[in-house]
Amino acid sequence: MKKIEAFIRHEALEAIHDKLATMGLPSMSVTEVKGSGRQKGFTESYRGAKTTIFLRPKLKLEMVLDDTDVDRAIDAILELAHTGEPGDGKIFVFAVEESIRVRTGERGDVVLAPHPEETAA
Amino acid sequence: MRLRSFRLVPALAAVMLLVVPALAAAQDATDQDIAINTLLVFLGAVLVLFMQAGFAMLEVGLSRMKNAGAVMAKIIINLSVTFLVFWAVGFSLGFGDGNGFVGSSGWFLDVSDPATDFSSLAGYAANFEVMFFFQATFAAVSLAIVFGTMLDRTKFAAYIIFGIVYIGLIYPTVAHWTWGGGWLFQDGFLDFAGSSIVHLQGALAALAGTLILGPRIGKFRDGKASPIPGHSMPLMVLGVIILWVGWMGFNPASFLSAIGANFADVAVNTNLAAAAGVIGATVASLLMFKTLDVSQMGNGAIAGLVAITAPCAFVDPWAAVVIGLVGGAIVPPLVIAIDKLRVDDPVGALPAHGVAGIWGTLAIGLFCTAERTGAREGLLLGGGGEQLWVQFYGIAATVGFTLVACLIVFTAIKYTIGLRVSEEHELAGLDISEHGMFGYPERFIDVQGAESDSGGHPAAPAPTGAATVTTPATAS
Repeated sequence: MKKIEAFIRHEALEAIHDKLATMGLPSMSVTEVKGSGRQKGFTESYRGAKTTIFLRPKLKLEMVLDDTDVDRAIDAILELAHTGEPGDGKIFVFAVEESIRVRTGERGDVVLAPHPEETAA
Repeated sequence: MRLRSFRLVPALAAVMLLVVPALAAAQDATDQDIAINTLLVFLGAVLVLFMQAGFAMLEVGLSRMKNAGAVMAKIIINLSVTFLVFWAVGFSLGFGDGNGFVGSSGWFLDVSDPATDFSSLAGYAANFEVMFFFQATFAAVSLAIVFGTMLDRTKFAAYIIFGIVYIGLIYPTVAHWTWGGGWLFQDGFLDFAGSSIVHLQGALAALAGTLILGPRIGKFRDGKASPIPGHSMPLMVLGVIILWVGWMGFNPASFLSAIGANFADVAVNTNLAAAAGVIGATVASLLMFKTLDVSQMGNGAIAGLVAITAPCAFVDPWAAVVIGLVGGAIVPPLVIAIDKLRVDDPVGALPAHGVAGIWGTLAIGLFCTAERTGAREGLLLGGGGEQLWVQFYGIAATVGFTLVACLIVFTAIKYTIGLRVSEEHELAGLDISEHGMFGYPERFIDVQGAESDSGGHPAAPAPTGAATVTTPATAS
């Protein structure tokens, strides 16, 4: 089991989500975050007083996946989050020790599997 | 107001000479004349009353979310204090018969004969009570200006106490000098609808208040002004447009008479100046900051309106455009200058109501036409500097009296009940610390039935056909 943490642009989310869903990987958490990196900040001018905002809004997309799904998920994110300009984001991959479904108490890879109806579809 | 406003009335005549022909006109008035005039003044008063909504939106737009409720509470309490105190004493001090400095008759509107107790108003063929309503809404505008500059850090009780003193003493005293037939009126000072009496006075009180209060925490860091952005430009500009609409009562209805329909000229001048004010502030903002600052554009409209308020009945339309343009253009540089002086004015009342008020009042001395004043002509029209000199010392007297009086009152409040909230309360926001509730609760606390991730509809059904949604009923 691996966890992907991808920092992406807001406008990339919908396409990534749709693509991953069609690949049978619909489970994700998305958080609005602010961060700084290679992309420069911007200047806000308010009534003549200026200030530089170095934190820009981004989305953090988190997914826990079976090892065999990690590469194709990353490929999908790379394809759809890429514009070529600074600020496209970054992807990090972590090892995950355990996963548990709260409703049933199931443990392990079965927790990561998409819903049976989706697999059928 | 303003006996002076009638073109037919020789403005330099002594008070009695003015009042007597006007009285005769009032006595000759038919019932229809009185009804039409009263309707104009009533409509004007309602529009000026509505300006409170404009101040509320302008000020809340330029304040932070944590203080939004406190701004609303301030507006509604000030309006209430104004009506009660103006009814009790303010109207008598301002418009009652007395000496050249204050009026002293007709307390609590206890009037046997308006013609003797309020002779400054007796020349108008309109209902007496509607005059009180109209003047009370003007006083409320003046008080509303004061606290915009003081927002985000002032104790609620200070609003009430200052409001009582301001409406019950300071504002009507200066109003009496001109509109109540006092000494400035007799010198030929002109302020048609209140650039100096209403707006400059409000801004002077605001200056006194912010000097005693000090700036908001975080406004000046490392010796430089840093932005504390207001939370809503849409609300701010909504406020500006409501004020613009309200000004259609403020200036035109100040004729207190619909006969002759001169109020329509004033409406034209007022709109031209407001429009020119926006252009002036926009160009100045672009030149100075290289940005099109939304809040400064809004301030430009207000500055143009404030500047034309005194001269609107005395100048030609081309002069109204010049007056408004200059009024708007001075706002952006003044905002920077005020920041440099380390004075914190979150809403721009000092330039838009104060300096533009001075400019507008002086502009009468530059641009007034003899035809419209019935007397002197302005300096730039070849009439000499006489009127400009009267305008100048009228402003100097207003600045001296009101600024000193307000500094005394705010200092007294500071050392008795306290003027400023504690640092802890200021950082938490006045909504929760002064009022125990939030203007925007969902921004700060969890509210039942308003979970943020479902847009306020926690039980909203899943969109049909959404393949990615798993509902509990079908889950394995």
